[in-house]
Amino acid sequence: MQAQEQYNYTVVRQFALMTVVWGIVGMLVGLIIAAQLIWPDLNLASWLSYGRLRPLHTNAVIFAFGGSALFATSYYVVQRTCHVRLFGDWLASFTFWGWQAVIVLAAISLPLGMTSGKEYAELEWPIDVLITLVWVSYAVVFFGTIAKRRVSHIYVANWFFGAFILTVAVLHLVNSAAMPVSLTKSYSAYAGVQDAMVQWWYGHNAVGFFLTAGFLGMMYYFIPKQAGRPVYSYRLSVVHFWALIFTYMWAGPHHLHYTALPDWAQSIGMLFSLVLLAPSWGGMINGIMTLSGAWHKLRTDPILKFLVVSLSFYGMSTFEGPMMSIKTVNALSHYTDWTVGHVHSGALGWVGMVTIGSLYYLIPRLYGRSEMHSMQLVTLHFWVATIGIVLYIAAMWIAGVMQGLMWRAVNPDGTLTYAFVESVKATYPYYAVRLLGGVLYFAGMLIMAWNVIKTVAGQKPAEAAIPAPAAA
Amino acid sequence: MDMNVLRSLLTALMFAVFIGIVFWAWSGRRRADFDAAARLPLDDDHAEGGRR
Repeated sequence: MQAQEQYNYTVVRQFALMTVVWGIVGMLVGLIIAAQLIWPDLNLASWLSYGRLRPLHTNAVIFAFGGSALFATSYYVVQRTCHVRLFGDWLASFTFWGWQAVIVLAAISLPLGMTSGKEYAELEWPIDVLITLVWVSYAVVFFGTIAKRRVSHIYVANWFFGAFILTVAVLHLVNSAAMPVSLTKSYSAYAGVQDAMVQWWYGHNAVGFFLTAGFLGMMYYFIPKQAGRPVYSYRLSVVHFWALIFTYMWAGPHHLHYTALPDWAQSIGMLFSLVLLAPSWGGMINGIMTLSGAWHKLRTDPILKFLVVSLSFYGMSTFEGPMMSIKTVNALSHYTDWTVGHVHSGALGWVGMVTIGSLYYLIPRLYGRSEMHSMQLVTLHFWVATIGIVLYIAAMWIAGVMQGLMWRAVNPDGTLTYAFVESVKATYPYYAVRLLGGVLYFAGMLIMAWNVIKTVAGQKPAEAAIPAPAAA
Repeated sequence: MDMNVLRSLLTALMFAVFIGIVFWAWSGRRRADFDAAARLPLDDDHAEGGRR
């Protein structure tokens, strides 16, 4: 049968194109809430208010944009490194339509104010059930493909993708455990500080496995591919993988410094966060050094620029993260915009840029072309996005440290030097710079959308033949 | 035995497993296999979707 000999590119194409669409939607919502912080009058209606749009922004960029990118790349990479067609065509198709349904339901329910109130897990229980169905199907498709692979070794990128799929399943099931009281309202199965700890065990591992392990899978395939050389050190990649797996699970308590969480748990969270610096930088060095001997390619290849700069931001934010987990530093940074800056250095810099770079590699190949319609526009996108990120995170660093210092300042008689609202007032200019940075990053996504349309228009979807098993 | 002793032992065991993985990965016998594995993404170029 003809279908036996082709890779399943259909589902990869669907997810890849929707990544661009959801990126634009999620970042647009981000622009709206950034503008609302400067001009509160923009809270035009309850369903357009900051409190409801903010979770919509985070869900859209993490799960719609990031999630679609992970589906697309993991399905592509697992097929091409296992030399076999994706397991279960209809099930893969179900993961696409199911995931899109989750996103649409989120986009409706969150502005209506339906939320379980757990950060990055706000969606109410019926949507959680659908997520579970889609995720189990995802695992069956992914691991089913690995099980029927035609090469003996499982390439390291697949280990990262596999860990991401497995861990997110466990995280979602445990943290979303809830008692429904109606179709649109439920209460967490946990209470008090246990609830907080379960939530941040989930929250930080969502960062560690959704936003890190999955995207490292992308890194380990697309950087060697685009650079045309194998990864710098394969054994380092093996140790990188296991070090991340053994360490990340414990880092969650650093979100709960100086709370009712027992002090020893806070200290363990801080300690493991500090340990995380080692595997994170090991992985970053492994990715960047893959270019050793081919540095000149960085000058001319905008896709490599995206991929390598994403690793630089990964290195920056995985240095900043452990530093912020130190209790005394956290005493200054927590609840300030420094945290927001840190998250966006990881999200826009690492996750966003590695995704964009991978898509610029992937999309033309899914349509039978060797490169994007305009590589000049890819270069333009790179510079616009990079300047946008730098403006964004620099503004939030300054704003965050300033807020932290103002909040802790006391007069000789022990009274607070500043009222809270004075710190809000002092933050205005930085909110404006942040919005400008966001506008630039968003403009980059629009450039990408145009380029993608021009690349795809009039092209027939490509089919790729699976290489025959090596003659025995 | 106290549950917490078991928990501590499990943590120590995990650490030992990790150290074992490091030694395994760095052992000379793995080198050829790892070199071949590292080429996996690059060796399928003849089937690239872009070529027609």
